[in-house]
Amino acid sequence: MRPETEAELAETIKAASGPLRLRGGGTRAIGWSTGEVLETGGLSGIVLYEPGALTLVARAGTPLAEIEAALEAEGQRLPFEPMDHRGLLGTTGAPTVGGMAAANASGPRRVQAGACRDYMLGVRFVDGAGQILRNGGRVMKNVTGYDLVKLMAGSWGTLGVLTEVAFKVLPKPEAVASVLLDGLTQGAATDAMARALGSPFDISGAAHLPEGPEGAPLTLLRVEGFAESVAYRAGRLRDLFAGSAVRIETDPERNAALWRDIRDVAPFHTRAGDVWRISCKPSDGPELAARLGAEATLFDWGGGLIWALLPEGSDARARLGAFGGHATRVRGEGESPVFQPEPAPVAALSQGLRARFDPRGVLNPGLMA
Amino acid sequence: MQMPEPDTRVLSRKAQIVARLRAVLPDDAVIEDPAETRAYECDALTAYRCPPLCAVLPASTEEVSAVLTICHEEGVPVVPRGSGTSLAGGALPTADSVILGVARMNEVLETDYANRFIRVQTGRTNLSVSGAVEEEEFFYAPDPSSQLACAIAGNIAMNSGGAHCLKYGVTTNNLLGVTMVLMDGTVIELGGAHLDAGGLDLLGVVCGSEGQLGVVTEATLRILRKPEGARPVLMGFGSNEVAGECVSDIIKAGVLPVAIEFMDRPCIEACEAFAHAGYPDCEALLIVEVEGSEAEIAEQLGLILQIARRHDPVELREAQDADEAARIWLGRKSAFGAMGQINDYMCLDGTIPVSALPLVLRRIGEMSAEFGLGVANVFHAGDGNMHPLILFDANKPGDLELCERFGAEILKLCVEVGGCLTGEHGVGIEKRDLMTVQYGAADLEVQMAVKDVFDPEWLLNPAKVFPLDVSAARRVVAAE
Repeated sequence: MRPETEAELAETIKAASGPLRLRGGGTRAIGWSTGEVLETGGLSGIVLYEPGALTLVARAGTPLAEIEAALEAEGQRLPFEPMDHRGLLGTTGAPTVGGMAAANASGPRRVQAGACRDYMLGVRFVDGAGQILRNGGRVMKNVTGYDLVKLMAGSWGTLGVLTEVAFKVLPKPEAVASVLLDGLTQGAATDAMARALGSPFDISGAAHLPEGPEGAPLTLLRVEGFAESVAYRAGRLRDLFAGSAVRIETDPERNAALWRDIRDVAPFHTRAGDVWRISCKPSDGPELAARLGAEATLFDWGGGLIWALLPEGSDARARLGAFGGHATRVRGEGESPVFQPEPAPVAALSQGLRARFDPRGVLNPGLMA
Repeated sequence: MQMPEPDTRVLSRKAQIVARLRAVLPDDAVIEDPAETRAYECDALTAYRCPPLCAVLPASTEEVSAVLTICHEEGVPVVPRGSGTSLAGGALPTADSVILGVARMNEVLETDYANRFIRVQTGRTNLSVSGAVEEEEFFYAPDPSSQLACAIAGNIAMNSGGAHCLKYGVTTNNLLGVTMVLMDGTVIELGGAHLDAGGLDLLGVVCGSEGQLGVVTEATLRILRKPEGARPVLMGFGSNEVAGECVSDIIKAGVLPVAIEFMDRPCIEACEAFAHAGYPDCEALLIVEVEGSEAEIAEQLGLILQIARRHDPVELREAQDADEAARIWLGRKSAFGAMGQINDYMCLDGTIPVSALPLVLRRIGEMSAEFGLGVANVFHAGDGNMHPLILFDANKPGDLELCERFGAEILKLCVEVGGCLTGEHGVGIEKRDLMTVQYGAADLEVQMAVKDVFDPEWLLNPAKVFPLDVSAARRVVAAE
């Protein structure tokens, strides 16, 4: 099913007699439920773009590439650097605005700029009863009523099918530089990233690859902004780590490639095994990594994430034990739940919300459950 | 402004309810003497007052849980209160409600610079959170004007903003986790020191829920390293339109100042008379602040001044030192006090798309003439969050009502041009009855459904946010 309008989508959901599998571009299929496929690709197009107000509104099925091209033409961007899941999951198709929002897909700029949810100003969606609803708007500050925009972000279609999303966008910086530290241990890298992130130099990405592109450990710190400012801050960071092996990468294309690979967990693309995404307090990283004993690890510290490659069927949560944060199995099958189980009172609230938004339980049942 | 009739069954059981509360709290933490409950009869929206049944001041999450358990069992409405600085009546009691004040919970629980967060009890004031990390050169970014007094609990309830959120975001963008007590006394944790929500983003919906979903007792807040420096520049323009265009051009040029503040002539004149900040004689004034190292500041200000010159400014004044910077901010920061000196005023808080600024300012000017009430405009121009101050005379019969009608018209205009009723103050009782202007019946119904899940009996701050007739059925069931 592929409705062409919001009204058609609402009718389709109202008429549904069984479970629906929601699909934007079909590129982020994690923890899929069963059911008839309902595609949002027919709801496409940019509705409004005001560069001077830093606002863009688009229908949910709009390909992300179309949004990025429109922003690029005005020297702007989606600041949260949404992850592209295709390489990791081996999916094809074109990521859509709605899929990105429903997954709250964000990237290494998370620590400085925030996540997708932080840039979502408003949503329109159809709930499980087929009602067309809206929340938020298209202005940057809005506390009128409850913030269901945040609730819809990262809800993976379980509360409603997004039909339109309004975003805050930001100017693209003039320049970028990455300060590269070679050969650090995990502990030393964690310390170095904490020092950089605690500096006044406005780090927009921090990552540690135990096996960098040349095989040796590589730690990366990114700064962005006006050219002189970037040069100044990169220099100050180099001074901060005087004594270590430090290089500065200023080539825009090489920087884009480096950070794209971190964002999309490229080192795992060609390797077999399950992929787990662990969100934790940064300083817990080395200890948690040790407990995981993963075949490969990537620390996207700007994203507050450990990416771990484990043998098929492994339960990362069993290895991690109790910790502050959560673990999601992004790739692989297994008996353990895909999403981190919640404590009973919180799970009761989540279930209560699902029951209210989707009383018949037709939207992606089984997902996030 | 209408409030629901108090539940006589609660009023008649006051002694029993107070006795049960006294059994779980220290003696001085239960306030029931009418002379003392007067202190809790209103918040900063002082036009509306009502003493509560009693007020309680718990000192820990456990005590909050004990209080809520009792109120839940007794069917007593609870109105959570931070520091009582709400401009929207968010902490206004009803006669049958217990005020739950968090003022005694003001400890710093954990400071972690390596992971850049601070965990505090929510009675702590906004400014004292920054104060607690100042020595290490860190700060907490959201900075509402009331930051000296307002509590983190209220900031979370209203998703407060401030002058610097153009760059740093509002409370929800800086809140990592909470400890919250549900109405039935259950204590839950949402989020934590890590960055993302695991399941549904319940933290995101709790922030800004105006104390209707739970009582937040502890909060984990993101702290940031202070920039090396900051400097404001002041620009005067010949018209509101031109100043508005200048704002838009600055944003389009790729500069992201930490603040862009806008004042119109009536506001400039009032501030000048009050604070003698030396503002130029002009129609519209912008204060733009940028941050960074000296060289970075110079680079950004260079670009901003270049843009401003294209708009034929009446005056451009770059702060040369800290004193001059302080003087530039002096007038703006005393704007509300200055207006208070010359008049009673009502402060609105609608947000509009930045592109609609000239149109909205012109319409407000026209309406000001129609209603015969003066308006001074001061606002966060970068993000379109307006603060029109409508001047009225509280001693003149009918003037408050006239002012409220005028305010409602301005807010309707904000919604009409694509904006919203409130950008950072919250709905409370003040904008409650205008919610239907912005949202349809189903849109409000789904928001109320969220409250149904967290607080099925509708006991937490029940007479706020939703128009009384819209929430009536739920509140009636609750009272039975």
